[in-house]
Amino acid sequence: MAPHRREGLLLAIAVGVVALTFGVLADAAGLELAQIIVMSSLVFTGASQFAAVSVVDGGGSGAAAVGSAMLLAARNALYGPVVARLLPTSWAPRAVGAHLTIDETTAMASVQEHDADAADAFWWTGVWLWSLWNIGTVAGALVGAVIGDPESWGLDAAFPAAFISLLVPHLRTAPGRVAAVVGAALAIATVPIAPAGVPLLVASLAVAPAYVRSRRSATR
Amino acid sequence: MSWSAILVLVVGAYGCKLFGVVVLAKLGDTDGALDPRLAWFPTVAGLIPAALFSALIAVQTLEADGVLQLDARAAGVAAGAVAVWRRVPFVAVVVIAMAVTAAIRWQT
Repeated sequence: MAPHRREGLLLAIAVGVVALTFGVLADAAGLELAQIIVMSSLVFTGASQFAAVSVVDGGGSGAAAVGSAMLLAARNALYGPVVARLLPTSWAPRAVGAHLTIDETTAMASVQEHDADAADAFWWTGVWLWSLWNIGTVAGALVGAVIGDPESWGLDAAFPAAFISLLVPHLRTAPGRVAAVVGAALAIATVPIAPAGVPLLVASLAVAPAYVRSRRSATR
Repeated sequence: MSWSAILVLVVGAYGCKLFGVVVLAKLGDTDGALDPRLAWFPTVAGLIPAALFSALIAVQTLEADGVLQLDARAAGVAAGAVAVWRRVPFVAVVVIAMAVTAAIRWQT
């Protein structure tokens, strides 16, 4: 198996375990199984789903749940320009590709050196993630309470660590390093003062100083 | 949670993704007809992953219930970062980060 397909599968397995916890939480928050299935298959952006269900579980309104979920979903729009050129030009596969455009698929695609590998990594990671996210969700909703707390086996550290691996290739250029450092700093500074999701949107402003840096190296 | 709220979320979440792939990506279209006033866009689009993934790592490592927190998870991610720096394979990076986090939680 090509390395990027194997890495995509590993990421998807970890995501599948997280999906179990989503299923458990959604069930506990009082969602019907059909609602949980619709969410995981059609919303398909994990952080937003967790946010929505947590708000409902905490007694919040449907509008509040959708609002906080949308703040977290908004960043997927920023991945569009990164992945669009990898998608086929005909509308149907493009529409499916758009649905799969999330953190993990964009990351796996963006670290490949060649476009053909990037497209392959995007689709394989996407299909594996979608499948395991949905299987995990249903399993969690039906029998999840028996798995215990995945945090006790450190699953919450798996994602940031995986993303460090996926960030490294973006640090090879000076503008990439500026974007990364400023992006992390903006996000950290925003966490205590803004609702979940907003720090990541604020972090996207880091492309401005990074762009200035790229102009400087271009004119030299 | 009502079906109408779920429907709004389905449409909204997909709308964000589609907006990115169809509208935002058009701005960065480099083959030919790029407006010179948007010449900066492909460069900026190329820098988005660096900014967002780094922010995602920071938030997922340090944020808990809306506040910043240094805990077992941060130690595990730090171990993962060292592993990346030592050019350890991807799978092992993830396993090391989880193992260190789990070990610290188990100890305390």
